[in-house]
Amino acid sequence: MLDAIVFYGLAALALASAAGVVAQKNPTYSAFSLIVTLCSLSGIYGLLGSPFIAVLQIVVYAGAIMVLFLFVIMLLRVKQEDHPAREGRLLKGVAFGLGLLLALQMTVVLAARGGTPIPSIYEASTPAVARLLFAPRFLYVFEATSILILAALVGAVALAKKEP
Amino acid sequence: MTLPVEHAVLLSVALFAIGVVGVFLRRNVITILMCIELMLNAANLAFVAFSRALGALDGQILVFFVMTVAAAEAAVGLAIVIALHRHKDTLDVDAFNILKW
Amino acid sequence: MTPALQELFIAVVKILVIFSVLLGLFSLMTYLERRVLAFMQFRLGPNRTGPWGILQPVADGIKLFFKEEVMPEGADRIAFVGAPIVAIVTAFTAIAVIPYGPPFRLPSLGFLPEWLRGREVSLQIADLSVGILFIFAVTALGVYAIVMAGWAANNKFSLIGGLRSSAQMFSYELALGLSWVGVIMLAGSFKVADIVNAQAGGFWMWNLVWQFPAFVVYLIAGTAEVSRIPFDLPEGETELVAGFHTEYSSMKFALIQMAEYVNMITVGVLVTHLFLGGWHSGVPGLPPSFVWFAAKVGFMLFFFVWLRGTLPRFRYDQLMHFGWKVLIPVATLNIVLTAALVTWAHR
Repeated sequence: MLDAIVFYGLAALALASAAGVVAQKNPTYSAFSLIVTLCSLSGIYGLLGSPFIAVLQIVVYAGAIMVLFLFVIMLLRVKQEDHPAREGRLLKGVAFGLGLLLALQMTVVLAARGGTPIPSIYEASTPAVARLLFAPRFLYVFEATSILILAALVGAVALAKKEP
Repeated sequence: MTLPVEHAVLLSVALFAIGVVGVFLRRNVITILMCIELMLNAANLAFVAFSRALGALDGQILVFFVMTVAAAEAAVGLAIVIALHRHKDTLDVDAFNILKW
Repeated sequence: MTPALQELFIAVVKILVIFSVLLGLFSLMTYLERRVLAFMQFRLGPNRTGPWGILQPVADGIKLFFKEEVMPEGADRIAFVGAPIVAIVTAFTAIAVIPYGPPFRLPSLGFLPEWLRGREVSLQIADLSVGILFIFAVTALGVYAIVMAGWAANNKFSLIGGLRSSAQMFSYELALGLSWVGVIMLAGSFKVADIVNAQAGGFWMWNLVWQFPAFVVYLIAGTAEVSRIPFDLPEGETELVAGFHTEYSSMKFALIQMAEYVNMITVGVLVTHLFLGGWHSGVPGLPPSFVWFAAKVGFMLFFFVWLRGTLPRFRYDQLMHFGWKVLIPVATLNIVLTAALVTWAHR
C-alpha cells in the first residue's frame, strides 16, 4: 500500500520534471529538472527491487554525467533560447508526441493482457547481480565496455582539445 | 508486492514520448542531448520493470551496460558541442547547415 | 501498537537524537577548531563568551541569525536559495545510514511500555543492503550544491571558485570510492555494520593494518572531498575572496558551513568504521562500546584540525595532478592486490 503511494508520487515527480526538461527556456534549469527526474527514477528502481541499479543510477547518471552537462553549460555561457520552437512547429510537435504516446500506451495495454504473474520472491541482491555480470554470458560484454569507455575518453579529449 | 509492473512500463513509455518531443522541438544542442538522455532512462526503466516481471536479473545487467554507453556517449557528445561552439560561437542546431545542398 | 507503528516510533526517536547530537557536535566543533588552532599557533582563541569561551558558537549563531540577507542583483534566485538546501540535505542524508555504536538492548524498566522492554535497538536510522554505496551516491550529489552556489551568484570569483571546487571534489571522489573497494572485499558486504564487525578481535584485525594504502588514500581523498586544508584552495581566503560562497551571508552561509562541518564529521566517522575498527576496542578482552567509537572519532576530528594548523595548501594544478595521477593508481593497485590475496586465501 505504501509502496503504491510512493511509486505514484515518484512517477508524478518524474513526469513533471521531464516535462520541465523539455519546456524550460534556460538550459541550466533543464539540467536541474533532468537531475530531479534521474533521482526519482532511482527511487522507482529501488521500489522495483533493484537497490544496486538504484544507487548506480545516482552515482553514474546524476552524480557524474549531469555534472559534465552542467560544466559544459556553465563554461560555454549558454544563453536562453527565445522560443522553444518556431511558430507552428510547437503545435505539430506536441501533437506528434501525444500521438506517439497514445500508440505506445495502447500497445503496452493490449500486450499485457493475460501476462505471466509477478513472482513474489525476487533475489536481486548485489552479489546475485555480480555473479551474473561475471558469468561467461556477460563477461565478454563487460570487458568490451571498458574498451568502449577508453575509446570515449580518448575521443572526448581529442575533440575538445584547444589547437595550440 | 501489489505494485503493477505495467504501470512502470507505461511511465517509461510516457517519459520516452516526452524525450522524443523534446528532441524535435528544442533548438539548443545541449538540451537535445539531455532529451536523448531522458529517452535512454525511459528504456532503462522498461528494462528494470521487465526484469522484475520475469524474475530474471538480465534486465539489470543490461541497464548497467546502457548506463555505461550513455556515459560514454554523453562525454563524446559534449566534446563535439564544445568543438562546434568554438567554431561558430552559437549552439543553435539550425546554424550548422553547411552540409545542406 | 502495530509493529509498523512501533518501528516508526523508534525511527523518529533515533532521528531526533542523532540530529540533535550532530547539531551540538557541529557547534562544539566550530569552537574547538578555533581554540585548538589558536593553541597550535601560540595564541588564545575565543575565550571571552562564557567560561573558556564555550558560548562562542551561540554568539556566532545569534549574530548570523540577525545579519542582513544579501542577494546580488542578477543572481539566479532558484539556484542561489537551492544551493545551501542541497548541501544540507545531502550532508544529513549520508548521516542516516551510518551506525553510531553497537546495537544495545533497552533495559526492562517499569515506565517503558510493553513492547519497548528488552528490545534490541540498533543505533542506525536506516540499514540499507547497499549501505556504503548509498553514502558514496549521496556524496556525489553534494557536488551540485557547490556548482549551484558558484554559478548562481553572478560573480566571477564565485564561478571560478565553484568550478574549481567541484572539479576537485569529483576528481577525489574516484579515489575515495576505489579505496573503499578493498575494505568491502575483506568484509564481504556493503553494510557498514558488517564491515565494522569484520574488524573485531584485536587492533591487528583493523583495516588500518590490512589495507594501509587504502587508509592513506581515503584519508587524503576524504580531506579533499570536504575541502579541508591542505585542499581548500577553492575557498581559501587569500585566493579567491571566499570562493563559491563569496556572496552568501546570514543563514544561507550558516547552512553551507553546517553542511561542510557535517561532511567532515561524516568522513571522520567513516574512517573510524572502515579502517579503525569502529566501536570495537583494540584489546581482545574489552567489550565493544560506544565509548571507543567516540574516542576514535574525536581523535579523527582533532587530526583534521591538526592538519589545518600544520600544512600549507596545494596549488590547483598540483592538486589535480595528485588526485588523478597518484591516488587513483595507488587505489587501483590496492584493489588488484586485495582481490588476488582474497582469491588465493579462499582456495
